[in-house]
Amino acid sequence: MSRWRVTAHTRVAFVILLCLISGAPQQAQDATVPAPLMLVSKDGRRTVPTVTSSGRELIALDDVASLFQVAVREDSLAGGVTITYRGKTIIASADQPMASVDGRIVTLPSPITRNGRRWLVPIEFLPRALGPIYDQRIDLRRAARLLLVGDMRVPRVSARVDAPGPPTRAAVVISPATPVSVMTDASRVVLRVEADAIEPVFPFGATGLIDSVRVGDQPNVVFVALNRQAGAAKTAIATADNTTRVVIEVPMAEARPATPDSKLPTTDPRLPTTESPRLPGLEPRQALQTLAIDPGHGGDEVGVRGASGLEEKQLTLDVARRLRGLVERGLGVRVILTRDDDRMVGIDERAAAANNGKADLLLSLHANGALSGSPSGAEVFYDRLDREGEAVRSAPAAAVALPVIGGGTRNIDVVPWELAQARHVEASAMLASVLEQELRQRVPIGQRPIQQGPMRLLSAANMPAVLVEMAYLTNSAQEKAAAGEEFKNAVAQALYNAIVRFRGYLEETAAP
Amino acid sequence: MSRRAKGYLIAIVVAAAGVTWSLTRLLSPEPSPAPASAATAAPPVGTAHITATLYYVSSDGRALVPVRRDVPAATSVVDQGRQILNVQLQAAPQPYVQVIPKGTTLRAFYVTERGDAFVDLSGDVVSAHPGGSLTELLTVYAIVNTVTSNLPAVQRVQLLVEGKEVDTIAGHVDVRRPLERDTTLVRDGRGGDAGPPPAKTQDSKLKK
Repeated sequence: MSRWRVTAHTRVAFVILLCLISGAPQQAQDATVPAPLMLVSKDGRRTVPTVTSSGRELIALDDVASLFQVAVREDSLAGGVTITYRGKTIIASADQPMASVDGRIVTLPSPITRNGRRWLVPIEFLPRALGPIYDQRIDLRRAARLLLVGDMRVPRVSARVDAPGPPTRAAVVISPATPVSVMTDASRVVLRVEADAIEPVFPFGATGLIDSVRVGDQPNVVFVALNRQAGAAKTAIATADNTTRVVIEVPMAEARPATPDSKLPTTDPRLPTTESPRLPGLEPRQALQTLAIDPGHGGDEVGVRGASGLEEKQLTLDVARRLRGLVERGLGVRVILTRDDDRMVGIDERAAAANNGKADLLLSLHANGALSGSPSGAEVFYDRLDREGEAVRSAPAAAVALPVIGGGTRNIDVVPWELAQARHVEASAMLASVLEQELRQRVPIGQRPIQQGPMRLLSAANMPAVLVEMAYLTNSAQEKAAAGEEFKNAVAQALYNAIVRFRGYLEETAAP
Repeated sequence: MSRRAKGYLIAIVVAAAGVTWSLTRLLSPEPSPAPASAATAAPPVGTAHITATLYYVSSDGRALVPVRRDVPAATSVVDQGRQILNVQLQAAPQPYVQVIPKGTTLRAFYVTERGDAFVDLSGDVVSAHPGGSLTELLTVYAIVNTVTSNLPAVQRVQLLVEGKEVDTIAGHVDVRRPLERDTTLVRDGRGGDAGPPPAKTQDSKLKK
């Protein structure tokens, strides 16, 4: 009896425990706002808020409308909505878990729902319903919290510990094979994957001398955090069977070296090499995270055309692509091209791409023209402020309090769009000086290599920004040279070298 | 008063206006580089004129050069500005080069009370422009410097094209707001380099 009672009590307790366990996730799911999706596209990345209701993750249609430029019209008689994009329509009703997409029926995990004045759709609506009529591919990778728009490079990156050690041996595997740069310092190993983002699979926690593996501040960066007993990590990169494997070996530190392994590239000399406390999830912001390259002109706007037919718009795009390759491979920095094909882009659109992409640096590439054939050589321009610009530079930023979701306000510094450059002119002058020095070593330089003028694009750039005139296409010798591989590679390399040097300047000025 | 006497009187009045205008020019700020004096346009016989400083591009295409030319005299700042700009838009005297595209015409010119002049040009200035940052800068400042050098009442110049504000002439130079004179692009008429001009002091004006 006593035994039965114990068993019965145990069973009752077990049943209660089961109820608690089974009920807990549902309650948590309903009560918790999920982590926002990260939308990644050629224009950059941004977070997309979602909500959870009855176990389904939903996104507001008005957010969809602003993100994808679709028109949403409510049909109160039918109890649903019509979404239109470039003449194609999606019709969805509130009582059916499906939608008519340009005349074809697709199923959805749940019907669209109304929440106050907002319509909500399951997030699967994006790839299943919007994807077929949208002009770019929409790929939802829910586990990684990624929403990919366009043909984005997003390899799967997994990590595992082969031996806890010490030495601790771990491997980071990137599939499909993708170039990666590895940087180490006393406290971590940083992998920059040459991709728009990564799909991480990091199942393990602290093991051996490795504290954690996680995605960094940028979606293509992996941080392998080492613990306090770790010595300088050594890494090796190998590619086989369409996968790239980074093997990391972390020895025990006998006495922590003052400097990292000299064989391994380091990026930030200001990173702590002593036992400074680290805040989990709060990595120091790199001074140069994003570079904007603006290939001048495009489309019907050809720019200067040389006597032999070389057009400025061709040269600027060609060099921009070369520079992007160098920067992505060499620095692991995100690169925004204001245009990546032969099309006309408005000046404000170019500035917006750099400003909204939070670029730390803007290089606008051009080729020059003169009324005579004699001028030659590269020149660098930076912005000259007028009266209004000088007033902005000398005045404290005007702060405006904006309301934020959830209540309260947040102070935002407001600078007029056309005067955004005002606070960066000194840094732009420094950048121009570095560029001139690097260009001088590799290509012919102009008689007045650094100039200041009221440059339209630069004035709207909210970061250090310069305009580089690579050569005079009205000079026949320069036009001939500019059409060749040697010149274009030389310019791209000079620009790259200047960027590396300017990154040091940014880090120095950002240092507390 | 006889007809002949009336004719003499009119001629004297016109000549006096011309002398007054020339004196005004002498006492007004001048561009620092010495203008070339060799290239002058012959004024129509019997027409009152002033000597204005216009800007063209040096034969090597690198810089602006101030050149003194005769321009028909006018009785108001606005009319005088129109006359000066109409000559500025004509072909350049040898050996200089015209940087404002051929066919460009002046649609309107006016001056605000704040000293901002508005120069409204025909669309040719955009459609026929050869491009390039340097050439665009030279085009813009040929006009800005010409107006501000000859009309003391004008401090800044705003360019319009076909009556509208434009962002740029050829994709580089910001012309959305009035621009002040820029002498860094100016080389003197004797062939010196473009560069920072000497300080604009009363002494330097008197030496001229």
